[in-house]
Amino acid sequence: MQGESLTVRDLDIRATPPGEDERTIVSQINFALKPGEVMALIGESGSGKTTIALAMMGYARRGCRIAGGSVQLGETDILSLSAVDTRALRGHRVTYIAQSAAAAFNPSRRLMDQVIEGALIHGFLDRQQAQQKAIQLFGELALPDPEHIGNRYPHQVSGGQLQRLMAAMALITDPALVILDEPTTALDVTTQVDVLRAFKRVMRERGTTALYVSHDLAVVAQIADHVLVLQAGEEQEQGPIAQILEQPNHAYTRSLLAAARPEIRSSSPVSSSTGDELLRIDDLQVGYGHCNRRGEPENIVLDHIQLRIDRGQALGVIGESGSGKSTLARAVAGLVAPSRGEVQFNSRELSPTLRGRTADQFRRIQIVFQSADNALNPAHSVRRLLNRPLETYFQMSREARKRRVEELMDLVKLPRTLLDRKPSELSGGQKQRVNLARALAAEPDLILCDEVTSALDTVVGAAILELLAELRRELGVAYLFISHDISTVRSLCDDVMVLYQGECVEFGPCSTVLNQPQHDYTRKLIGSVPELKPGWLEACQWSTHTQPSTAPA
Amino acid sequence: MNNTKAIPSAKGNTHQHAMAGSRLPITSPKQRNRSRLQLTRWIGLGLFSFWLLVAMFGPLFAPYPMGAFVSDQIYGGASAAHLLGTDYMGRDMLSRILTGARYTVGLALVAALLSTLVGAGFGMLTVLLPHWLEESIRRIFDTLISIPSKMMALVMVSAFGTSIPLLILAAVLSYAPGSFRIAHSLAKNLATLEYVQVARTRGEGRLYIAAVEIFPNMIQPVLTDMGMRFVFIVLLLSGMSFLGLGVQPPVADLGSLVRENIGGLSQGALAVIAPALAIGSLTVGANLLIDSLSNSRDNQKE
Repeated sequence: MQGESLTVRDLDIRATPPGEDERTIVSQINFALKPGEVMALIGESGSGKTTIALAMMGYARRGCRIAGGSVQLGETDILSLSAVDTRALRGHRVTYIAQSAAAAFNPSRRLMDQVIEGALIHGFLDRQQAQQKAIQLFGELALPDPEHIGNRYPHQVSGGQLQRLMAAMALITDPALVILDEPTTALDVTTQVDVLRAFKRVMRERGTTALYVSHDLAVVAQIADHVLVLQAGEEQEQGPIAQILEQPNHAYTRSLLAAARPEIRSSSPVSSSTGDELLRIDDLQVGYGHCNRRGEPENIVLDHIQLRIDRGQALGVIGESGSGKSTLARAVAGLVAPSRGEVQFNSRELSPTLRGRTADQFRRIQIVFQSADNALNPAHSVRRLLNRPLETYFQMSREARKRRVEELMDLVKLPRTLLDRKPSELSGGQKQRVNLARALAAEPDLILCDEVTSALDTVVGAAILELLAELRRELGVAYLFISHDISTVRSLCDDVMVLYQGECVEFGPCSTVLNQPQHDYTRKLIGSVPELKPGWLEACQWSTHTQPSTAPA
Repeated sequence: MNNTKAIPSAKGNTHQHAMAGSRLPITSPKQRNRSRLQLTRWIGLGLFSFWLLVAMFGPLFAPYPMGAFVSDQIYGGASAAHLLGTDYMGRDMLSRILTGARYTVGLALVAALLSTLVGAGFGMLTVLLPHWLEESIRRIFDTLISIPSKMMALVMVSAFGTSIPLLILAAVLSYAPGSFRIAHSLAKNLATLEYVQVARTRGEGRLYIAAVEIFPNMIQPVLTDMGMRFVFIVLLLSGMSFLGLGVQPPVADLGSLVRENIGGLSQGALAVIAPALAIGSLTVGANLLIDSLSNSRDNQKE
């Protein structure tokens, strides 16, 4: 029942990329946990968090090897175990909770069979006992209908429930150590609260020793006792959570904290709105499937949407996944045709599909997608990517285009030496900047930003947000800024629109809506964002069980 | 053919420069990492380019004219005068293979190129066409795919008589539909990607999107597919020649060389083994080359 102590000494992990020499990706990691303590590994992507966590199971991903050091779990030296002993260890004494529960469950088998599989394989319990134990765990994890939920299939439960079921799978063997690898990152904030709360309670009650991998300091603050800050595979700082939050010693920790604390990041956005109407949407309805007799589609994604954006104004759209945020941007861009309603741009009606739009309208509305990996053609160089909008929209000489491309690179603060690279040779932040530069090349009036910072690390995302604010001041572009992250909307936008199940539940100036939310759902959305202080989770009153009503307050 | 590839510059290096969003990799793009060229690729490349060269320049090196009766001995073994022996009529086997390879390699290459051009071209364009047009074109290709290739070639030859253009047409009709299916499903996935949607919201035309946004990202699987079709077509044409319905005398491709000399099989004559080995080494070489190319593509995606 009790977790065991974990001691890691001088851990070194090396990787050999294809066609390259071996290099160290994790070096000199030392930490020690007493039984029942939770250690958080925090850092941006590529900092070696997951690699270290996997080493606790004696596992290194393909192309990597554990080159040195020791991992001591209780009495066992994990790295010196034989293959057979390591196998007996995994899924029994050390268990793993992955980021994407949807990918970790087999869709064709019942949940119960999958949850108890580990215990049966290791001969830890017989089927009867295992099922009883699983049901008990389901109850402790606050899953609905613990007696019968195991009979369902993975697609019949929600993402947050699946994540908790995976926790049950990990805890059923009473492991000495649980590894949680970004277990709430893929969840909506409102779901995250419930899952975190369930994890925390179960782990406290059982005295589980755990390693929690995350990039989100605020989440870590709720659950961990100690924090290890990582950058490029090296320890930057280590200490109790309170000390890291209150008195960070290392500059990198401070930059992580700054990026996680929106109120410190930037002053309230300067409105450059001129009051001229740029985009107006009246009673928009978007859906898919066959239309019925009244011309309404089978599945309605967005309904009764009403909004107005002035020149130079930034409108934020927030809501959880499935609320229809991205569909709104796609409808304005002309990629999906609305089934009802009118979109006016520059006082002229905008054709619902791409076919009816003029070249000038194409130029004035640009869209920037979330994932720069998919938004930039991997076969083209940066120069070519930026050149194309100039060729399409403007009559320019070759020389003028070349100068303009270089100007654009300066505008998004990228060195010109990157011009001849392919997107795969750029970092995530650089790609997103190129993505923005391509939109700016058209000299647009309106940029539709669809979750532009959510795929980026917090520090890099904060820099992109700053750039967006600066571009708005200098060029006077308007944004339709779609995000699930309230702090990014707060720092960039004038107005905000809250979407819930395809309907607008609240609309108004950012300061009013986010500081004095009127609608239940907005309050819940804002209240669910973890704060950077230990104990917030216990104080938080929101959970999925308090369902807001759909009707606007 | 030699496929060099770029791996994103070493990620570990970037972190030393982690200043507010602008992380500059230290390695310049000039120092791209070259993949290890595997042994199989060299073997494949060697065999394939050998046959390509033979097809182009073989007749120049042939010691005797193709149809000349140069020896009294039939099914003669290897000798200084006749390195690969003589055939059933006492003709020099080496000269016949050097000349005949041109038909096998050349015909198959032309037919493979045409099938890919037709198949991949339609496959790519249909993705961007209206739905009903896409469906009807797909159905046409699906109908063609349901006819066995050898059967189709046999029917066409028996109806119209054999000729080189007809053989090519038969091969294209048999193999273009498969190429279409592969290109279509590749393009279908690519067309939903965000960079294609960005291009659409930029107001780009269908041809531009197909040629510039989609095509460069599917060229490698399409080339691999073309290589496979080349091998299939070599076998189809050789099979047709073996049945006596392919390339007709006095000219002969590798398949008809095997057929002519089949009488020497019981004596283990070099005249039947040599062209059979030629077909084998050509197809094995092409296969190895294709495999190594598609392997390196997988690595590139990593």
